[in-house]
Amino acid sequence: MQLHIHGRDIALDKDGYLINLEDWDKEIANTIAAQENILLTPAHWEIIALLQEFYREFELSPAMRALVKYTEKKLGTEKGHSIYLLELFPPSPARIASKIAGLPRPTNCL
Amino acid sequence: MSKKILLISRQAPYGKSTAREAIDIALAASVYDQDIGILFMDDGVFQLLKNQQSNQIDQKNIASILPALALYGIENIYAHQESLNARAIRADELILDNLQLLNNKDVGSLLNQQDHLLSF
Amino acid sequence: MSTLHTINKSPYSHNTLTSCLAVCSENDGILLLEDGVFGAITSAPVADELQKLIQNGISVFALISDIKARGLEDKLAPNIKLVDYNIFVQLTINHRSVQSWY
Repeated sequence: MQLHIHGRDIALDKDGYLINLEDWDKEIANTIAAQENILLTPAHWEIIALLQEFYREFELSPAMRALVKYTEKKLGTEKGHSIYLLELFPPSPARIASKIAGLPRPTNCL
Repeated sequence: MSKKILLISRQAPYGKSTAREAIDIALAASVYDQDIGILFMDDGVFQLLKNQQSNQIDQKNIASILPALALYGIENIYAHQESLNARAIRADELILDNLQLLNNKDVGSLLNQQDHLLSF
Repeated sequence: MSTLHTINKSPYSHNTLTSCLAVCSENDGILLLEDGVFGAITSAPVADELQKLIQNGISVFALISDIKARGLEDKLAPNIKLVDYNIFVQLTINHRSVQSWY
């Protein structure tokens, strides 16, 4: 699969995840989000940045449980629960948000 | 019903994929809310060393991934003291501050508390 | 509750039997199979340790077909129980869990 943005061809895997994380930029994030029917707001960008931080720290895309715990640790209890993340990235926050953030698909996600 | 499952990781990192497979199984099993522990013994304790730079051989860093286990609800992480001693590894050379060090006898009783043992 | 330990590597070239003996506890069972049966002979590197553990209540079994296949019947150390596949299955049932040292 490929994503065409302003004359660039971005390689995607069969599930629509970026193959090369270096390709990622905000425009690509907006495009992938639109395909998921999500309009990115500052609340979304905060979680996207958090996911990328998680990936840098652990070299791993988080499953839901780990994403919730990490959000709680970094952004506090108000945001660190599944409903908050589910509202931002329905229907499967870890999977959808990882895709928008340019990370590989979480392998341990149901 | 939640079962007590212990993963026993006894191979050094990187030379084979066994070490990474144990971690992947732990992460996957955590989704099912099982009571999971991991024991590092024999050459498996080499996975716990600080200063691993696995990007030198184009592999993901085991020492980076292991601290994520706590975020997956896996709190029981053990290392076999005699295996550390045999390799002259000191406690301050290890990643993970919640690591529990067990001697031979402790490992024996840990094994006998489990519903399932998985060897890697 | 007790654990059944299985060993399938020769103690002359692997340390799996040594690791197992270090941590196994009273009432556990050890089953030697495949090349693990070389651990059952009198000259095995860990033979003394194995006898000590047998005195302390650990049961040591060896799969008879693997012993015979390798011509080891006359070299066996004492107090090692020879078992067939049916008993192997029984052993896995009679212990709480199984640890394969490979």
